[in-house]
Amino acid sequence: MDARADVQPEAGAQALLEVDDLQTYFFTRQGVVKAVDGVSFALRRGETLAIVGESGCGKSITALSLLRLIPDPPGRIVGGTVRLAGHDLMTLDEPAMRNVRGNDISMIFQEPMTSLNPVMTIGRQIAEVILLHQDVSRKEALAKAVEMLRLVRIPEPEQRVREYPHQLSGGMRQRAMIAIALACNPKVLIADEPTTALDVTIQAQILELIVELQQKLGTAVILITHDLGVVAETAQRVIVMYAGRKVEEAPVGELFAHALHPYTHGLLASIPRLDLMRGEVNDTPQRLQEITGIVPALTDLPQGCVFAPRCKFADDRCRAQYPPYEQKRSGHWAACWNSDALYGGALHA
Amino acid sequence: MLDDVKPKPGAGAATGSGNVLEVQDLKKHFPIRKGLLRRTVGHVYAVDGVTFSIKAGETLGLVGESGCGKSTVGRVILRLIEPTAGSIKVEGHDITRLSKAEMRPYRRQMQIIFQDPFSSLDPRMTAGNIVGEPLGVHGVGKRRERRDQVAQLFERVGLRRGQMDNYPHQFSGGQRQRIGIARALALNPRLIIGDEPVSALDVSIQAQVINLLMDLQRELGLGYLFISHNLAVVEHISHKIAVMYLGRLVEYADKRTIFTSPKHPYTEALLSAVPVPDPAIKRKKLVVQGDVPSPMRPPPGCHFHTRCPYAVDRCKVEVPALRDLGGGQLVACHLR
Amino acid sequence: MAVLDHRAELNRAGANATGFFGTARFLMRRYPLGAVGAVIVVLFVLTALFAPWLTAYDPTSTNPRASLARPTADHILGADFMGRDMWSRVAYGARISLAVGVGSTFLGCLIGVAVGLTSGYFGGWYDLLIQRLIDIMQALPLLVMALVMAASLGPSLQNTIIAIAIPLVPNVARVIRSNTLSLREMPYVEAARAVGMSELGIAVRHVLPNTLAPLIVLATAQLGAAILTEAALSFLGLGIPEPHPSWGRMLSESAAEYVRTAPWLVIFPGIAISLAVFGTNLLGDALRDYLDPRQRT
Repeated sequence: MDARADVQPEAGAQALLEVDDLQTYFFTRQGVVKAVDGVSFALRRGETLAIVGESGCGKSITALSLLRLIPDPPGRIVGGTVRLAGHDLMTLDEPAMRNVRGNDISMIFQEPMTSLNPVMTIGRQIAEVILLHQDVSRKEALAKAVEMLRLVRIPEPEQRVREYPHQLSGGMRQRAMIAIALACNPKVLIADEPTTALDVTIQAQILELIVELQQKLGTAVILITHDLGVVAETAQRVIVMYAGRKVEEAPVGELFAHALHPYTHGLLASIPRLDLMRGEVNDTPQRLQEITGIVPALTDLPQGCVFAPRCKFADDRCRAQYPPYEQKRSGHWAACWNSDALYGGALHA
Repeated sequence: MLDDVKPKPGAGAATGSGNVLEVQDLKKHFPIRKGLLRRTVGHVYAVDGVTFSIKAGETLGLVGESGCGKSTVGRVILRLIEPTAGSIKVEGHDITRLSKAEMRPYRRQMQIIFQDPFSSLDPRMTAGNIVGEPLGVHGVGKRRERRDQVAQLFERVGLRRGQMDNYPHQFSGGQRQRIGIARALALNPRLIIGDEPVSALDVSIQAQVINLLMDLQRELGLGYLFISHNLAVVEHISHKIAVMYLGRLVEYADKRTIFTSPKHPYTEALLSAVPVPDPAIKRKKLVVQGDVPSPMRPPPGCHFHTRCPYAVDRCKVEVPALRDLGGGQLVACHLR
Repeated sequence: MAVLDHRAELNRAGANATGFFGTARFLMRRYPLGAVGAVIVVLFVLTALFAPWLTAYDPTSTNPRASLARPTADHILGADFMGRDMWSRVAYGARISLAVGVGSTFLGCLIGVAVGLTSGYFGGWYDLLIQRLIDIMQALPLLVMALVMAASLGPSLQNTIIAIAIPLVPNVARVIRSNTLSLREMPYVEAARAVGMSELGIAVRHVLPNTLAPLIVLATAQLGAAILTEAALSFLGLGIPEPHPSWGRMLSESAAEYVRTAPWLVIFPGIAISLAVFGTNLLGDALRDYLDPRQRT
């Protein structure tokens, strides 16, 4: 834990959102679940930061913690600070926090059908958010709603504002969700698996839209996903999480080229790569590289490095002591005892 | 070309060039019933004329987006859903019109693996009983022998014998998918239909399951129909690939051809939409606009013309036939 | 990192609850009302089981000298017009209530499961017919249905159980049918079908066991209603015949004539009915929350 003292992700003067040593625990019958255990990062204006990891790694809980939307009980943010443009969100009272949600930080979810109200028209749902945070009339809000639908490129926005969620297709619903999220021109947009429920051609449309709107509006985006392909195509910086902790952070090119944590390295090696499309000859199917074992239960984490039981490179030190999270190369942080030795060595042989 | 991708014959591979599965012009139209008298007011054209075959030890990847009918194809082949038209041949025997009782021996030949590792296992049965159930249904061996067989199946899919008495909730997602695979293997089938078998799994677990499926195919000479929306996975595991759009095949060829020179605009769009996990690669993307139309009211002519960037007038009226462009590449497009 | 003391939170979550008593304590804290219900139900059952040991008098033996005795040390709850000890009658009445409650709930669930399972599983015309029948039955209140049944069957213990069980069938059948409808679409049912298991085998091996949790919840909830209906039937003279002590009839015998002169004849059976129904309902609610959180409305 003392390793975190020197964790200061390059929080430049322009950092918009600073998260420091965030800890969100759940108290269950099985014991303390450290869903998020000391996560720190900084987000700059207009930047896309991806948080990747497998289910249960704490990436979604991190996002919900930023908005203080952890169900209590059983969950509680037990430590850490979240500063938005210098203001600590953790000390705000509930009304002030409500003013932050949807206004300064907004969120889009995986399943657009369940996050939209089925008995309200799309237009009213957008107008609702605008009325909540801005001092405008109902009429102006509805006009703004049409504007927003046009912005997310929903065809015939004047008609669509009067439609209900079930009248829209999955892709259109996700566009409507984005319209709601961006209605108040937030500083930060959190996208939690925004395209996971969508088909691949629709996913391409939505990702293109998010990137385009971000450039147009200068919104900073936290993209939460398990899909490394999506990360490679949209993010500038990447955080890799494993079992509630940050294990690696780097600019996207650097991470994909020189992963310094064996977990990241294993993940990258274990995904099918579309070799043929990349011009590689591969007629007979090859075995994929595996990460052996399974993600440990968060109530029963191993001693030392949590990844050690699945790690090919683990030694006695890994099994005894959690490695410090430190800067290994410029802008590239990782929590691994062996990454220095591995880099250029066995890891990349 | 196809000879290149033919796998080494496995231990139990079928003899000769016999196809494990042949599907000819398969159709499934679900009636839409409305009102008190349940009158049929229309049809969902879930599968509308699909033809393909799978050899022993070979994997056919069936890809397409949600609602294209790919899962229905799998279930119709298993006769879990009755086909509207067409024929299904398993190891050369036509099973399309067999009665329930006549189907029974053929049920041993083909099995299915499901997407969701949680809902595909009965939560109130032990893992051992789940895997042993097919043996019981077909009265294979005595109780004791069955238990031994189940234990062997457990080991074959990488689970421990000792886990046989555990309940599904005591396993992780990947392990549960292994139980599902063991159940599918229990009757020694020739064909396994995988309906998105790795889509619900985490990335690191997905690789384990894909490897297991590939190992089993090599050892047992299984034929796979691998239904998936994930092109990267399909590319990895398949020998041949069929692309479906709104109930019809739009392209059908060996893997290499599909991925290196796709001919149908939809295949092209699908491939270019897949996010490539390599930021160093910058591709020019063909992002098709619009949504998949409803299979209740598929557009006339070529189903894809509403989204196709190259569509001409002919596409809007005339249904393109699946034609061989040479080298076994079948494409349904007027422009090729 | 500061050493955080999470003990309080963990205790609240029940992490330290081990063994039978630990778990019981945790459940008690988590569902206090359910615990109250459970205690009442346990007392109710114990009273019914051990009535002969808990009472000094035979509930049916009359004693002219004790007629309308006030509650005293001899007759702690007083005695009725015929001098029968009220405590004995209330305690033995618990047996009747329990027998009718459990018996009719069990019978109702048995028939309801059979009807619901087959109706949901086989569908078609059969299902349509059953559903309309259930609609008709559900249009009538439980008590009215039971009244009609009891009146046509005549008063006896068995007939009372049947009269109450039949009106319970539609509720159970409904829940089981909707459960069955969703279960038969489960992939594991498809898997069983894919290996060639018969539909009956699937219904018995896969569908039925998975409807047990909602069934238990439903049965506990129906228990209170059954007890209340028995009391009502007996009150109206259509339930348990003399000389068996039934709470409902104890009320009706005494209410008109003695409510002013000997109120204990009305108050104690009344309290007994209220407590039994209250207890089973509380327990039923807690069980539903615990076993089947999705049903919470």
